[in-house]
Amino acid sequence: MDKKHLFDNPRNVKRLLWLIYAICTGLALLDFVFHRHVVHDLEAIPGFYAIYGFGGCTLLVLVAKEMRKFLMRDEDYYDRDD
Amino acid sequence: MISLHPVAIFLVGALLAALAGRRYGAVVVVLTPVVSFLNLIFLDSDANWTFKVLDYSVDLMRVDRLSLLFGYLFHLAAFIGAVFALHVRDRIQQVAALLYGGSAIGAVFAGDLVAFFLFWELAAVTSVFLIWARRIPQAMAAGMRYLIIQVISGLLFFAGVVMRVHETGSIAFDFIGLTGLASWLIFIALGIKCAFPMVHNWLTDAYPEATPTGAVFLSAFTTKLAVYALARGYPGTDLLIYIGAAMTVFPIFFAVIENDLRRVLCYSMINQIGFMVCGIGIGTALALNGAVSHAFNDVIFKGLLFMTMGSVLHMTGRMNGSDLGGLYKTMPVTTGLCIVGAASISAFPLFSGFVSKSMVMVAALEEGHGGVWLMLLFASAGVFHHAGIKIPFFAFFGHDSGLRVKEPPLNMLAAMFISAVLCIGIGAYPWPLYDLLPFPVVYDPFDLTHVVAQIQLLFFGAMAFVWLKLSGLYPPELRSLNIDAEWLYRRLAWRLALSVGGVVKQVDVAVRRVALDGVGVAIATVRRHCGPDALLAQSWTTGVATLWVALLLGATLVIYYLHSSLL
Repeated sequence: MDKKHLFDNPRNVKRLLWLIYAICTGLALLDFVFHRHVVHDLEAIPGFYAIYGFGGCTLLVLVAKEMRKFLMRDEDYYDRDD
Repeated sequence: MISLHPVAIFLVGALLAALAGRRYGAVVVVLTPVVSFLNLIFLDSDANWTFKVLDYSVDLMRVDRLSLLFGYLFHLAAFIGAVFALHVRDRIQQVAALLYGGSAIGAVFAGDLVAFFLFWELAAVTSVFLIWARRIPQAMAAGMRYLIIQVISGLLFFAGVVMRVHETGSIAFDFIGLTGLASWLIFIALGIKCAFPMVHNWLTDAYPEATPTGAVFLSAFTTKLAVYALARGYPGTDLLIYIGAAMTVFPIFFAVIENDLRRVLCYSMINQIGFMVCGIGIGTALALNGAVSHAFNDVIFKGLLFMTMGSVLHMTGRMNGSDLGGLYKTMPVTTGLCIVGAASISAFPLFSGFVSKSMVMVAALEEGHGGVWLMLLFASAGVFHHAGIKIPFFAFFGHDSGLRVKEPPLNMLAAMFISAVLCIGIGAYPWPLYDLLPFPVVYDPFDLTHVVAQIQLLFFGAMAFVWLKLSGLYPPELRSLNIDAEWLYRRLAWRLALSVGGVVKQVDVAVRRVALDGVGVAIATVRRHCGPDALLAQSWTTGVATLWVALLLGATLVIYYLHSSLL
């Protein structure tokens, strides 16, 4: 029998997720305390980097998922002659 | 102190590696870059390495800040790659690695276009053996496609150089800029090796087919050599800003849905080269420093990621995300090293990618390229997503594949460890690297605004992954292949060739049929008149023959009579 590893315990996965949520909350709140020097107008929006990071990644994955519909082929696609 | 040309040391090393047994050959491969590096440090600055070709004197050794930085980098990459390959008992790979690394170093120190072309071609030809050394049919085919494209690039470069020499009378390799056909040919040749959009698939096609150790060497030299050449010949070329920005964005979509994890790394490599190309295009001191230092860091952290994936491939024989997972249980050290590489490529503060990539981003912003900056920012979040999270997650965590393999051999771990230390070392204390850059650095990487912005971007990117994964929206790893620009030549052109061939064949068949029919008609005609049953072929009896002779004689008599009486 395999010995139990770190993420075999669902509670440890939960703990990791809560850690990420906590850090994200902290980082989001930081925008209201921390004054950044702004070069681009968009940077002045509170939470710009947070929204851009989250939105960008979500968009990336969902668009890529749609791309599969017309890009995905079988593994031997180039080897077949049909 | 006797100074030798670095290439000479690598050539001798390759010869020794070829003669030594397979075991000692591997040691020679490790020692050669060390010896060459020491030689480089104590290089006699007055030594002259020029030789005459026709009317031109070709210079094999130009030492300036740019060539020296890449020279150091390539020595380092050759050394780390050699340590990683120390267990390999394959003479072809050992010799190829030394010749390839030596050629790349020779090209960096080449003082003019002719010398550069010489080593650039040598690098192309020697590198393919690291792919062929896998000795499986698809690696053979991919290696051949790789070689063809490298040679096309070389021919374009050569044509450009010949035209340029004809126009300017000089073989100097300094600023070229986009003026006239010759400069465009050289630009396109470099662009192919830099994996510009639409000509990028040689990279994603060939590198994943290389041997586990060969891919580490490949990832270091060819593309970075092209970046070096662009930085020398085309700094401040506006077009590069947009090409670079496109290169950062489009590959990450392919990376998200790609199953072969080394191919994911190839797409992310194009993404990273995009930042360098963009920086070269912006062309300010800050941007060029950013581009060059990012090339330096990329060789190390991309090498580290290729090494961790090479270790996984070496130990499991598998490279598809769909077949892997849960390896952290038995490969905790490799997992940790992979996470260091992932954090570095994602440009986490205190890891190496951050101190170089941010320079390009800031330069884009300061030079008023707002749109480009937004693309780079999107690409930064995206690279974290596919290289920073996807690679470690699907290889080492994710669903448990049930594979229980040990850590890789000690030399592989040692090589990865060296790279990981460099990733963290440069990331935490970048000033020694900054001192080597072409321009004086007046840039504070740990400015709080940048650090906070980057951490926010990355953690919310991670949050997006968590949400997509938990909600089941994240696309699963599937055993599949995604078509890309290579479809044009691997499928469309092939199909066109087949259909053009089909038309040619039909025409050929028709022409042959008409010709054969003609011959048939001719034969039938001859047969009708001269065949066995035909009139001309009938045999006559002696009597008939006698009659004919008598008739002819009679006719002759009559004609003779008439002839003489009429005169």
